[in-house]
Amino acid sequence: PGSSTRSMSLLRGINPNLRNIRNSELAPLGMRAWQIKDELRQGARKPYKELIDVSSADPHRAGVKPLSFVRQVLAVCYYPQLAKSDKLPADVRQRAQRLLGTCAGGSAGSYCPAGGIPEIIDIVCEFISRRDDGVPSYPENIFITSGAQRAFVEILNILVNTLRSPITGVLTPCPSYPPGNMAVVMLGGAVVPYYLDEEQGWELKIDELHRALESAKGVCDPTVLYVINPGNPTGHVQSRKSIEEVIRFASEKRLFLMVDEVYQDSVFEQESRFVSYKKVLAEMGPPLSHTVEMASFHSVSKGFIGECGLRGGYVELVNVDPSVMRNLYTLMSRDASTTTGQLALDLMINPPQPGDPSYPLQLRETQYIRATWVQNVKRVLEVLNSLPGISCQPVKGGGYALPRLHLPPGAIQKAKEVGMLPDYFYCSRLLEETELCVGAGSENGQRESTYHIRLCITTSVDTMEEVLRRLTSFHIQFMKDFS
Amino acid sequence: MSQEGMNGVPHRGKVLTVDNMNPNVKRVEYAVRGPIVQRAVQIEKELKEGVKKPFTEVIKANIGDAHAMGQKPITFLRQVLALCSYPELLNDNKFPEDAKNRAQRILQACGGHSIGAYSASQGIECIRQDVSRYIEKRDGGIPSNPDNIFLSAGASDAITTMLKLQVSGEGRNRTGVMIPIPQYPLYSAALADLGGIQINYYLDEDRCWALDVTELRRAVTAARQHCNPRVLCIINPGNPTGQVQSRQCIEDVIRFAKEEHLFLMADEVYQDNVYAEGCKFHSFKKVLFEMGPEYSSTVEMASFHSTSKCYMGECGFRGGYMEVINLDPEVKAQLIKLVSVRLCPPVTGQALLDLVVNPPQPDEPSYTTFIKERTAVLAALAEKARLTEEVFNTVPGIRCNPVQGAMYTFPCITLPQKAISQAKEKGLAPDMFYCMKLLEEMGICLVPGSGFGQREGTHHFRMTILPPTEKLKIMLDKIREFHQKFTQEFS
Repeated sequence: PGSSTRSMSLLRGINPNLRNIRNSELAPLGMRAWQIKDELRQGARKPYKELIDVSSADPHRAGVKPLSFVRQVLAVCYYPQLAKSDKLPADVRQRAQRLLGTCAGGSAGSYCPAGGIPEIIDIVCEFISRRDDGVPSYPENIFITSGAQRAFVEILNILVNTLRSPITGVLTPCPSYPPGNMAVVMLGGAVVPYYLDEEQGWELKIDELHRALESAKGVCDPTVLYVINPGNPTGHVQSRKSIEEVIRFASEKRLFLMVDEVYQDSVFEQESRFVSYKKVLAEMGPPLSHTVEMASFHSVSKGFIGECGLRGGYVELVNVDPSVMRNLYTLMSRDASTTTGQLALDLMINPPQPGDPSYPLQLRETQYIRATWVQNVKRVLEVLNSLPGISCQPVKGGGYALPRLHLPPGAIQKAKEVGMLPDYFYCSRLLEETELCVGAGSENGQRESTYHIRLCITTSVDTMEEVLRRLTSFHIQFMKDFS
Repeated sequence: MSQEGMNGVPHRGKVLTVDNMNPNVKRVEYAVRGPIVQRAVQIEKELKEGVKKPFTEVIKANIGDAHAMGQKPITFLRQVLALCSYPELLNDNKFPEDAKNRAQRILQACGGHSIGAYSASQGIECIRQDVSRYIEKRDGGIPSNPDNIFLSAGASDAITTMLKLQVSGEGRNRTGVMIPIPQYPLYSAALADLGGIQINYYLDEDRCWALDVTELRRAVTAARQHCNPRVLCIINPGNPTGQVQSRQCIEDVIRFAKEEHLFLMADEVYQDNVYAEGCKFHSFKKVLFEMGPEYSSTVEMASFHSTSKCYMGECGFRGGYMEVINLDPEVKAQLIKLVSVRLCPPVTGQALLDLVVNPPQPDEPSYTTFIKERTAVLAALAEKARLTEEVFNTVPGIRCNPVQGAMYTFPCITLPQKAISQAKEKGLAPDMFYCMKLLEEMGICLVPGSGFGQREGTHHFRMTILPPTEKLKIMLDKIREFHQKFTQEFS
């Protein structure tokens, strides 16, 4: 009795926001995938010999190779003796030397200064300015962190005021990036979803933003507008016009803009082009350019570099009150970010240039990756749009395809009977029968009574063909079984 | 709403202001990287620009960063990290076999065999298993379950997570967290951020910073008037104080935690940094289990370790873990959810941790060099600890407890009344006033004791013992000189 009362009281006393973070019902899919992988390793007999997991946009996990230049430089940074031999190209050795020179004591093992290594922050400023055709970027507005998510949480931390009533509301896209929503809930904020328009390729419609804002009346105090461009998991790339509309809306309704742009290098469709919110804002001129408050995020997790595990990213603040910036600086200084992540950031935004010894290989590698994306997207759309009961909007960028399942009522009924969400039921069956793990759309959010699956397109061409083979044969059978 | 902010500056209609932002954020301070460090960085810039000063460099003895102060990385660790980073090097015969084997094992456990893939949010499973084995070996065979191991981005990440988990309640029911004074200011900063109630318990400077259970009892009893004390944090070996708790003391603390129904958080990141004769590191877990099932099956605890300190000093890699004991399964489920919000700890940090808990064995090729390097680092630290205590205790007005462990000294400084008054006039804590002057006149950056907490009316500074011995000697002499000058100037 003693220990159970003790544990009970600890549970009663847990931060109540944590209980509000939803997601546990979908974790079993991932766990089952690990289990199947183990079973296969131990020689279990199954329809297919290998588990394929395309549920998360983790390029390396999905079979994409790291960029050679990046990994060579990091190796030399960790073990500088490597610079003594000629085996690695000269630009690798030089870059490692320069980067180590920015680290205290010349070691990748020392703490980074609060906010980030100044020399790398300068490179980030140059990169942003170059990307945005000359719009200036200032070091004091940049914080380098262990991944964009860390910066996202810290900015939200400042924005979400739990001591006020009503609580802070954050307009979030639906479908969305689950850890983004979880962060809002964890900090005691309210998620106010705005639905992206699937029929129009997951476009962001201003009318829908208005509706969402209306819906928050009396429930919470919306202060933040969270946008993801290119869309995750939708694959939509916003037009300049759309971005302008959103900025005007944010200004009008006095919302702080949080813009996740981690997929900015992952745009596949010829006609689409990524343009940054910062650039658009600057080009809209005063008063908007001087007043709209914004945080935009980038990371080394996506794009060609795909280094999710290294944890590198940054946030750029625009038009934020200087006193708030000072507080943000103190917040950011409490816990150092990983040096590796900062080095990887430099390597991503400052790649080998024509004339550098590593340039030809880097070019080949990135072109290969790009060609893979384009091919994968083409095949996914081709194959899935030709099957009954499944359809997929064009994927212009990002890391995923988010096909829609048009499930027969029988399947939905069966799912209810076994106590599963319909798309989760589909994914679960798919996993058991074909050892293929895809994500369930419920995890990202979707309109009532619509169902989706999520598959990462940043995998190898062969893997994608295998994914489509298994999915096709499963899907046809599934539709037959439940019609 | 008023258009003017609290400091009189018009908001110009800002959406986010210091008045409407999360008010907890305003209360967050972190002295280790606070204003004095910012001034030090400024001075460094000025020196670079050719401004003349009474010194040619700033010695940054404010932060526990060994590599920044010239300590060399351990060869084996860096070899494996290089191999993990660029696996083509596995074909290079300049790397020893044991390094290659470790790298291959780590890569096998990574998604797509790459350290660039996300790991599970609790950390790579085989590394958690290795951590368990390490703990079992360290604690004389007491079992450790890998499911109770959470890898983290340094110990700070795990400490903040556990506090986040536990701070709740309103008004008189708000969670209170007991922290030592002096403390490592991550704790106070995290509590300010979370709106948790900080409950101070004072370490006894006269008895070498001993932890007294009567003081714990005093603190918790007083705290019950205004909050709900639920957590007790211990740092052992201590930061900034360096004391290494005796086994008896740890038992007493455990008994106290059980009586008062408190969750124990044992910050043990300096567990290899023990120098003084007669001092030994006892892990809280080991002592807990040796006290028998009455305690080991009931007391709830988390202990923390990291790759930032000890002999490795790899602060920049952000490697660490916590082991949770007797956590209610439902609470653990919430914890698992919480850590997933930050996705995963840096994989390079996880890899590094794996090497720390799984170092070269006597029959392996890298063993001799590894032991030599590790011994050299720890011996140098022990010598510098001794030297520091010796020199400081020759200075009238500076009283320095033995540096039993960790990486710092926290001497008590006597300040003349005139200096204290002048500091107050400038709106500065007296020891901040002292440290600022030391920085401007001698180019030495320390952190004032007020940044860590101290008994009212006492003043201290924290200095790391990390600079190379020759530089440390110079620094100690300069501080001695400065203190004498300061005392005279303000007499």
